[in-house]
Amino acid sequence: MTTAPAGTVRQVMSFRLRDRVRHWLDSEPVLAYLFMSPGWLILLLFMSYPFFLGIWISLTDRTVGLPSGEFVGLRNYTELFRDRTFHLTVINTFIYGFVTVPFKLFLGLLLALLLNQAFPMRNVLRAALLLPWIVPTALSSLAWLMLYDAVLSPFSWLLKNWGLIESNIAFLGTRTNAIISLCIANIWRGTPFFAVAILAGLQAVPQELHEAAAIEGANRVQRFFAVTLPVIKGIVVITTLFSIIWTFADFQLVYVLTKGGPANSTHIFGTYAWQIGIGGAGKLGIGAAISLYMFPVLAVLSAILLRYVRSQEA
Amino acid sequence: MVGSNRLSSRLVLLYLPLALFTIFLLFPFYWMLIISLKPNNLLLNMKINPLYLTQFTLDHYRYLLSNTDFPRWALNTAIVTFGATFLSLTSSILMGYALGRFRFRGGNVAGTAIFLAYLIPPTLLFIPLSQVVARFGLYNTYWALIFTYPTFLIPFASWLLMGYFRTIPRELEECAMIDGASRFQAMWRIILPLALPGVLSAGIFSFTLSWNEFLYALVFMGSGEMKTIPVGTVSDLIRADLFQWGPLMAAAMLGSVPVAIAYMFFVDQYVSGLTAGAVKG
Repeated sequence: MTTAPAGTVRQVMSFRLRDRVRHWLDSEPVLAYLFMSPGWLILLLFMSYPFFLGIWISLTDRTVGLPSGEFVGLRNYTELFRDRTFHLTVINTFIYGFVTVPFKLFLGLLLALLLNQAFPMRNVLRAALLLPWIVPTALSSLAWLMLYDAVLSPFSWLLKNWGLIESNIAFLGTRTNAIISLCIANIWRGTPFFAVAILAGLQAVPQELHEAAAIEGANRVQRFFAVTLPVIKGIVVITTLFSIIWTFADFQLVYVLTKGGPANSTHIFGTYAWQIGIGGAGKLGIGAAISLYMFPVLAVLSAILLRYVRSQEA
Repeated sequence: MVGSNRLSSRLVLLYLPLALFTIFLLFPFYWMLIISLKPNNLLLNMKINPLYLTQFTLDHYRYLLSNTDFPRWALNTAIVTFGATFLSLTSSILMGYALGRFRFRGGNVAGTAIFLAYLIPPTLLFIPLSQVVARFGLYNTYWALIFTYPTFLIPFASWLLMGYFRTIPRELEECAMIDGASRFQAMWRIILPLALPGVLSAGIFSFTLSWNEFLYALVFMGSGEMKTIPVGTVSDLIRADLFQWGPLMAAAMLGSVPVAIAYMFFVDQYVSGLTAGAVKG
């Protein structure tokens, strides 16, 4: 009897093993999980884990200096009920998140309809008018900070020059003024996003239908409601929901323009959570609770958005 | 007469509103530019019209580049941006490919989970995430941002790429595999080149979002040395309500230039990415 040289056996075995691995790697489910693993690993470590950790922290009195903290139940949440600044924060966030949206939608829709017409330099203008949306918000907010400055504001200068006001306007000096100023800056930043999304939707509007409606004697407004709106309805709803979610959970613009002032009267959830949790006393527990108060609203909006996206796909 | 009527109606219905929009949307940038170039003695003089530039100087830019940490912040921002974009793009291509092309149990659930992850805002997570970052020993290092930015980049980019991969016919891949290519080769050589516009969109988007990010950079990068441009400009150039408007606006200009350039070169990819994000989720 002759035995095969050990080297050959090893070769045969390694060949089979490689074959099996290759076969195994060609099966779709295995490959799918393999491909998804780097992404999911990052999301689990830096999104899911902190999310649940945040729920735990919000139930403790953990501070930056005392990283263990004791379990205090729902005390952080109930204490916020009695916090006057938190009441204002809730009101401000709803004003900021919901009241600005109709303006952004209306202006964005109008701009999209304008940009959808033929005129010279259309592409240049379309690119330029998207700038408020793409440059770093913290930096463009600095420009707004100066535009709203109590002394240097060019708005005040112009109005004074025209004889409309006597003294400078305190754009950020009172709660009402500051909230209006914040909303205007937010509308400025968000309008281009609506415009571009709706402009893309307008490409799908069939021109023949417009022409037919025009021949039938429909005017511009009638044609908009009968022909254009049904086609772009989906994109309008989805863009609006996205905008509400982002604005509701905003941070930068308020942080740069008012830091929540004057006298903590213009905070939104994000900036108040930062001030309590990180900036001031470092009360991580209460800060986490403030953030998590956003969750029910975000969950409802997300559920609506998800259902809507699904119904559009079907 | 009909012609002039048409012209005046176009003037009122198109050019006038467009002009108003242009003033509203671009005025802050115009302001940023003229303040960054205006000599200090004119800047604070409220007797003259502040809307024009009568003389200009580059002093504010010179000051910014030599007397502040701005160059270092720019380096930090660039490192973090490229790191986070590379990591996100690699993971998202694989993720998007798996979700868009493979049939497997749990595929729909994974797709929905990615969509929902896209809707979780940084303001919800930053406090516990600061603890996670500290526990992993990443606080005040580039890795703190390179690993956390992908949490909002991967969901978006994967969703975008999933849509792109789905538009490419399966047969192309199957043909390549019949010709002896492995699945990985088919993906690398056949499918990825066809999905290149999508990869470019996702890349540009990741680039701008990383460059612009503020909250995580503010919380996870404590020291002046490690700050990014937006955080450094806002927190270090404004000291105790003493505004140095010239250098501040110069920093805002310089910090906006890279995204503006990236965007101008790829405006169509950017817009298609934006709307894919808005339309498909």
